[in-house]
Amino acid sequence: MAEYGQQRAPIAQALQNFKEMRVVPFDVPGHKRGKGNPELTQFLGRQCMEMDVNSMKPLDNLGHPVSVIREAEELAAAAFGAHHAFFIVNGTTAAVQNMVFHCCGRGDKIILPRNVHKSVISALILCGGVPVYVDTPIHPVLQIALGMPVEGVRRAIAAHPDAKAVLVNNPSYYGICSDLPAIEKLTHAAGMLLLVDEAHGTHLYFGEGLPPSAMAVGADLAAVSMHKSGGSLTQSSFFLCGNRVDPEQLRQTVNLTQTTSASYLLLASLDLSRKNLALHGKEIFRHVTEMARYARDEINQIGTYYAYGAELVDGVDVAGFDVTKLAVCTSGTGLSGIEVYDLLRDEYDIQIEFGDTANILAYISVGDRQQELERLVGALSEISRRFRRPPETLPPYPMPEAVLRCSPQEAFYAAKESLPLEECMGKICCEMVMSYPPGIPILAPGEEVTEEAVDYIRFAGERGCFLSGTHDPEVRCLQVLTQRKE
Amino acid sequence: MDLWYSEYHTENVRFSIRVDKQLYSAQSEFQRIDVFESPDFGRFLVLDGYMMLTERDEFIYHEMIVHPPMAVHPRVENVLLIGGGDGGAARELLRYDSVQRIDLVEIDKQVVEVCREYIPQTAACLDDPRITLHFSDGMRFVRSVVSAYDLIIVDSTDPFGPGEGLFTKEFYGNCFKALRDDGIMVNQHESPFYVNDAVAVQRAHKRIVQSFDLSMVYQAHIPTYPSGHWLFGFSTKKYHPLNDFDGPKWKQKGIQTRYYNTQLHRGAFALPNYVEDLLKNVEGIS
Repeated sequence: MAEYGQQRAPIAQALQNFKEMRVVPFDVPGHKRGKGNPELTQFLGRQCMEMDVNSMKPLDNLGHPVSVIREAEELAAAAFGAHHAFFIVNGTTAAVQNMVFHCCGRGDKIILPRNVHKSVISALILCGGVPVYVDTPIHPVLQIALGMPVEGVRRAIAAHPDAKAVLVNNPSYYGICSDLPAIEKLTHAAGMLLLVDEAHGTHLYFGEGLPPSAMAVGADLAAVSMHKSGGSLTQSSFFLCGNRVDPEQLRQTVNLTQTTSASYLLLASLDLSRKNLALHGKEIFRHVTEMARYARDEINQIGTYYAYGAELVDGVDVAGFDVTKLAVCTSGTGLSGIEVYDLLRDEYDIQIEFGDTANILAYISVGDRQQELERLVGALSEISRRFRRPPETLPPYPMPEAVLRCSPQEAFYAAKESLPLEECMGKICCEMVMSYPPGIPILAPGEEVTEEAVDYIRFAGERGCFLSGTHDPEVRCLQVLTQRKE
Repeated sequence: MDLWYSEYHTENVRFSIRVDKQLYSAQSEFQRIDVFESPDFGRFLVLDGYMMLTERDEFIYHEMIVHPPMAVHPRVENVLLIGGGDGGAARELLRYDSVQRIDLVEIDKQVVEVCREYIPQTAACLDDPRITLHFSDGMRFVRSVVSAYDLIIVDSTDPFGPGEGLFTKEFYGNCFKALRDDGIMVNQHESPFYVNDAVAVQRAHKRIVQSFDLSMVYQAHIPTYPSGHWLFGFSTKKYHPLNDFDGPKWKQKGIQTRYYNTQLHRGAFALPNYVEDLLKNVEGIS
């Protein structure tokens, strides 16, 4: 990495140089270094407003980079071990969608895990691609979706040899990793591209003792949420490609949807965060891993929680576990994860990332200190002491099988109507119904509303799962195709 | 030479002591530690720039954080002392024969070492066999303890920096759990006078009243602390700080004190109106 000079941050440096030139702005943005909007400047700080500038020769242009942005892209590619890296300022959602846009035209198939992020479905709506789902098993106790089974991928490839690509989450929200090296072999042997959603996986590129990253196993495209564990500003992200992909062709895809007024605040934050991780990432994630391990051990000592870790790895459903994640099963307290999530905030002024029916997720990062971990553990121990009740054993409920009747795009744009759940049976769903847990869509656009799906939605609602994605916030009605032309 | 130590009590108010010389200065794992020698206050300990104790007036704080609960609880045997690595509170506790064991939990070992060397007035007692030193986070220590102590004294620093966790609801709740059914918790409760300090008083009080059925506040006059007017919290599972207070019995013990006495015990719980209002404002609000 040394030859690429990872201590450099060309975009940040160019901004600094530009500021010192004291150039008179007769261009956008109209706040003119903040002077035109004193209240906002007061709120965000002068430095921030002065750095909010437009593309111009000394600062390069994200759509067609030739100088500092290109240099920064090359530095990022080197840091991540990628063939090329793109700076994304429209969120990791944009990076994920670019992966799909790059390989799927209308009617092209793409093999996806069932616990795919909704940004992939949105991309299919836009490009007209057709999903082929591989079921992801659900952990009987934790109730979360596990990895994408290699066997399932093999079967999907055999059944759909014309598919363009296979997409894998690495890791999942809960830290679960699939067998990426095995899936890579299958995918490339079938002549397909391997796409990896690493929205929760930036640290895999820099930490030690963590599951392998997409680029390390030879994947073709990866969407990396730099703003999560990487420390950059919200909405900034890296989009990486491997050797099989022509970066300039890929740039055409990126430019389809990326803004032509890219925020230099976001670009500089990516640039400086990349530098920080390249220089200090190993140490940073060693510290994060150690904090997460400490918190896991301490939480497990309370006795009513299960903070899970690498012991989940069984080589089949869970090929790897991201030990920087602090996910805790709360079922032993008799409380749902949502309840614990609310109690932590309302009673103890502690905000965590997420709570579902059985789990909570606390995000540990380089910004945490030991004393905050003590507060989290202390509060969990208090919640268990004060609010514990006899645990209910809820029977596992099988996920309904997806029955695709038309492409997500067709379903989305077709004439549709909103009908009460029970009247939707047999019709084609036009929207996505997500349930947390297990973090899997019960229905996606283009799928038949089966009896099993209706049952599952009712069941998930009754046991307090967080349902989302639908037009009706209560999910009592679904949008379905009015009439399908046969 | 014109050498002064200054602490900002607010942005616009500062308190200064003429210093004769600086005896010690170092950055520990947790905080900056300084010891100065001064003509009027003797040696004094400063953590992260904030005055912790002076040889001249430490007796007030340490007597007042120990003797009120000791005069209420009929028989204190096991004590948990959180913070207080200077040894001042421990010294007062050791004057009671009933006290069999003191677990002193100090996060910063270096504070203890520095006090042992430079402030023996408070720290000399730390070698007493009844004291067990634990260099650990107070929250962590108390988390795994159930019904073990008659008295918990929270001798913390301010509610920012390493002592922050000792002003949280989870900490007070854990202390409740660590106390026996008739246990008492006393905590240093900041000053009600300056606005920012008063907010800290309210935050702490609000969290304590949510954790204990009965929590009262008492006061003392401590010249070197902001505004000189300082509060202590008295949270209790069974004994009332005034109704169960046995003055004659305490007098019989023959403990010589310079600040505390049985008249003052009752008076300390009589708070100024503005302080009563401050506290009432947060009681019963979850």
